[in-house]
Amino acid sequence: MAQGSTAGSTTPQSFQEIILRLQNYWADKGCAILQPYDMEVGAGTFHPATTLRSLGTKPWAAAYVQPSRRPTDGRYGENPNRLQHYYQYQVIIKPSPANLQELYLGSLKAIGIDLGLHDIRFVEDDWESPTLGAWGLGWEVWCDGMEVSQFTYFQQVGGHDCKPVSGELTYGLERLAMYVMNVGHVMDMPFNSPDAPIPLTYGDIFRQTEEEYSRHNFDGATTGMLFRHFEDAEAECQRLLDFPALDPKTGKTIIMAHPAYDQTIKASHLFNLLDARGVISVTERQAYIGRVRALAKKCADAFRQTEAGRDAAEPDAVPA
Amino acid sequence: MPDLLIELFSEEIPARMQAGAREALKKLVTDGLVEAGLTYGGAGVFSTPRRLVLALEGLSPASRPVSEERKGPRTDAPQAALDGFLRSTGLSIDQLEKRADKKAEVYFAVVKKPGRPAAEIVAKVLESTIRNFPWPKSMRWGAGSLRWVRPLHSILCILSDESGAGIVPLTVGGIPSGDTTRGHRFMGPEAFTVTSFEDYAAKLRRAKVMLDQAEREEAIAHGAKNLAFAAGLEVVEDRSLLTEIAGLVEWPVPLLGQIPEAFLGLPAEVLQTSMKEHQKFFSARNPKTGRIEGFITVANIETPDDGATILAGNLKVLTARLSDARFFWENDLRVAKTGMAEWAEGLTHVTFQSKLGSQSDRINRIAALAREIAPLVGAEPDQAEHAARLAKLDLRSAMVGEFPELQGVMGRYYALEAGEPEAVANAARDHYSPLGPSDAVPSEPVSVAVALADKLDTLTGFWAIDEKPTGSKDPFALRRAALGVIRLVLGNGVHLDLLNILDNQITPWLLHEHNREIWEQQNYEDQIARYLGISREFLDETMRKTGRIRNSETHPEEFREIFSTINWGEIDLFSKQSRDLLAFFHDRLKVFLKDQGIRHDVIDACLAMPGSDDITLLVKRATALSDTLKTEDGKNLIQGYKRANNILTQAEAKDGVEYSFGPDPKLAETDQERALFTALDQAEAKIAPAMKEEDFATAMQAMSKLRAPIDAFFDTVQINAENPIIRRNRLNLLHRIREICSGTADLTKIEG
Repeated sequence: MAQGSTAGSTTPQSFQEIILRLQNYWADKGCAILQPYDMEVGAGTFHPATTLRSLGTKPWAAAYVQPSRRPTDGRYGENPNRLQHYYQYQVIIKPSPANLQELYLGSLKAIGIDLGLHDIRFVEDDWESPTLGAWGLGWEVWCDGMEVSQFTYFQQVGGHDCKPVSGELTYGLERLAMYVMNVGHVMDMPFNSPDAPIPLTYGDIFRQTEEEYSRHNFDGATTGMLFRHFEDAEAECQRLLDFPALDPKTGKTIIMAHPAYDQTIKASHLFNLLDARGVISVTERQAYIGRVRALAKKCADAFRQTEAGRDAAEPDAVPA
Repeated sequence: MPDLLIELFSEEIPARMQAGAREALKKLVTDGLVEAGLTYGGAGVFSTPRRLVLALEGLSPASRPVSEERKGPRTDAPQAALDGFLRSTGLSIDQLEKRADKKAEVYFAVVKKPGRPAAEIVAKVLESTIRNFPWPKSMRWGAGSLRWVRPLHSILCILSDESGAGIVPLTVGGIPSGDTTRGHRFMGPEAFTVTSFEDYAAKLRRAKVMLDQAEREEAIAHGAKNLAFAAGLEVVEDRSLLTEIAGLVEWPVPLLGQIPEAFLGLPAEVLQTSMKEHQKFFSARNPKTGRIEGFITVANIETPDDGATILAGNLKVLTARLSDARFFWENDLRVAKTGMAEWAEGLTHVTFQSKLGSQSDRINRIAALAREIAPLVGAEPDQAEHAARLAKLDLRSAMVGEFPELQGVMGRYYALEAGEPEAVANAARDHYSPLGPSDAVPSEPVSVAVALADKLDTLTGFWAIDEKPTGSKDPFALRRAALGVIRLVLGNGVHLDLLNILDNQITPWLLHEHNREIWEQQNYEDQIARYLGISREFLDETMRKTGRIRNSETHPEEFREIFSTINWGEIDLFSKQSRDLLAFFHDRLKVFLKDQGIRHDVIDACLAMPGSDDITLLVKRATALSDTLKTEDGKNLIQGYKRANNILTQAEAKDGVEYSFGPDPKLAETDQERALFTALDQAEAKIAPAMKEEDFATAMQAMSKLRAPIDAFFDTVQINAENPIIRRNRLNLLHRIREICSGTADLTKIEG
């Protein structure tokens, strides 16, 4: 790992520098650097580059920033650590390499964490996403008692066993950056370089939107419409998957797994909004989660029938 | 004799699983080796977050050769039978022996199995151990199919003796065995070779790994104590936290920090819980003020700045956590000051159990019951009811939302803030107690009333909806609740008519909304009779007796109303559920008393007496009887009693009369007979008042004094005398023995 230390040691000066260093580091390690998925999601895991691509036998390595939304976490920009819109950094590698822990530690070094000075710990934390029908075993990673990442070996996604297993790393970027740069309130964190001609803090960019979205999430969003959209997304997902695989226009087999999965993502976010609006009771909650999970499972089933999600060993996957 | 060393090196093993894994590794490997014919001297098993280690001393170098004999077909048996035997033994006919067996000659196969070298056996056993390891949760990784708790990286397996060490060759899931390992992830990451357990342990220590969990625990406890002492503080001991932390580090480095001034006003329990649950910190108390003022975190690394960076980081996280806690605390205090009405309202929307209604419904039931119980435990009914209404309000507080384990503890603080008296506040804290068999039993009257009401409501509710514990399944901790009632009652000497209370709680559930289907059916009376565990005729009879006349026109609603006005306990009709729940209490009581050395037959003898649903009375009786039976007189008295009872019972059966007229001392013929009369008079004079006082010990002591006169009587006097008047008088005398003795317990149930 000696070669991995080149980017490390100096403390980053801004939020974006941390992101850039992670991008460079994981690009260096051979990951495809993807862009965020262009939909509202609750976490980086929802990106099809993770959920769908962790299925099937095709090797895969990707890293990306994913803006994530958790409507119930809105605090009008006042809480030093809590945001309804925040960034996750996500790495997904299939099959999980034997040195994934070392690769991960190298990334901490790259963003300026001196591993000889800090106390890094892997503390049991098994991951489960009831909405995605997914679970895995792993840890939360602690740096001096602060949870800085989630480290998971996927065992099942969308009800399918992961064979081979993907290794997933999720960094909570704001929290990690605040820690590395020793910032007390997220809104005070420099976003670009403090020496830039126009220095911008996280608050310059997001304080106002946190306020607006907090009000929207808790009081503004029209619940009737959200309920309707949830039903629409659910129906559309099912409809897209019900199409015959053979496309009469092109004569090709085209299963619309990704467009259907988009509807699952939509349904999931709509549910989160409804939850924030406080209109879903405890008993209904489980039922809604179950409905989203049913969609996720169907999309996973469909994806497994496609070129990208098929097992290489299956005879029909071998080119004729 | 070689030594065996096995190390399974993996990514971080959850701390909570390590103790079980150590035991499993030792058992699976040693059982496997012994089964394969090897012996060993001593075994040591160790774990760190990254390794699971077994060291065996003095392993036999090889298993003993064994020879196995199998009897085959007779020599004149058909060829097919012989062929089958040859196939199953894998031998040819010239390798078989012919032996005479009874009348015929029979083939015998002697299969000799040579001894197998230890290495071969170890390889097989270890592979099977790894593949079948009982992890509570295991996983796959990469492209492989092997399962382990987290990815397994290397297998060290060597046999060593004076001549040197050798690798035991095996490969599991693509991982070949070897003789190398690594030290601490950051302080000793280089691989090194080992030749024996001593060499392994020494090199590991140099590479900053303390192999032994116990040694790490000791190092943490000792280090923490010293740090705290130097700062004028003392560590709050926490055994389970110590074990957990020792399973998270390979090289423990305790560090002490001060809690920022701004948080010192938080309740000690909040500081402790937050620091333990979120950050795995020990708390350090100032012995002068009793306040929690410091924390101890245990790092896994020695750093050039002596942990300054680590401590600063931890302090920062702590500050954020405690800021949250203080926010909750201050908000909660604001609600508490106004009397907690907001929380009471909130609990109307929280479901306790779908069939048992909301938390608010539950609180209403508990409050009514606490009021009823209050006079029996010396509490003021109004205050007990009021305390019960407040006791669970903290469930809606932000702090308990964050730390459920603080329920009750916070309730006490909030009740005090609301201006409630100490007794009411303490009931909030104590009404969950006793939680376990060793947990303290509340003794303040208001606390006792609420604690009893809480548990009795839970038990009767779940009994009414037929959610009873089965086998090992007890999701609502009903056994614990029943034991809690038993300990509360005994610990405070409370007399409860338990059956009546249970029934008064259970029967109303029959009228409850969730039983509506019973009432809506055509034959609802049959349903009700079944619910109560009585016959339809008996139900009709009861309705008539209590003056509630019904006819075929009576509407179910009307019947329901009539039914609800009957005091079932008053007419001694207890529902099936109530009787069943009382039996459950008796079962728990038997388990409880057995632990205290009271035999089950003694309890059965006392259960047969009236008022056995008064647990305090029952246990008094059982204790006295148990003590009596420990004396020589007591043991023999039982024999005498049984003899008297048997003779009397037989005579009564034969003669068809009851000999209960009272014997006449004037008809006594011998000294022994007269002495028995005197003894019975004396005993009775003592027993009757003692029984009135429920002083069973005195009563039974007096009773056991009868042993000598009864024995002497039987030794010298013929019961079945020729003179029928004398005979009748003697049988009447036996009846007096029975009368006097059976007032304390049903002695026929005593074994032996």
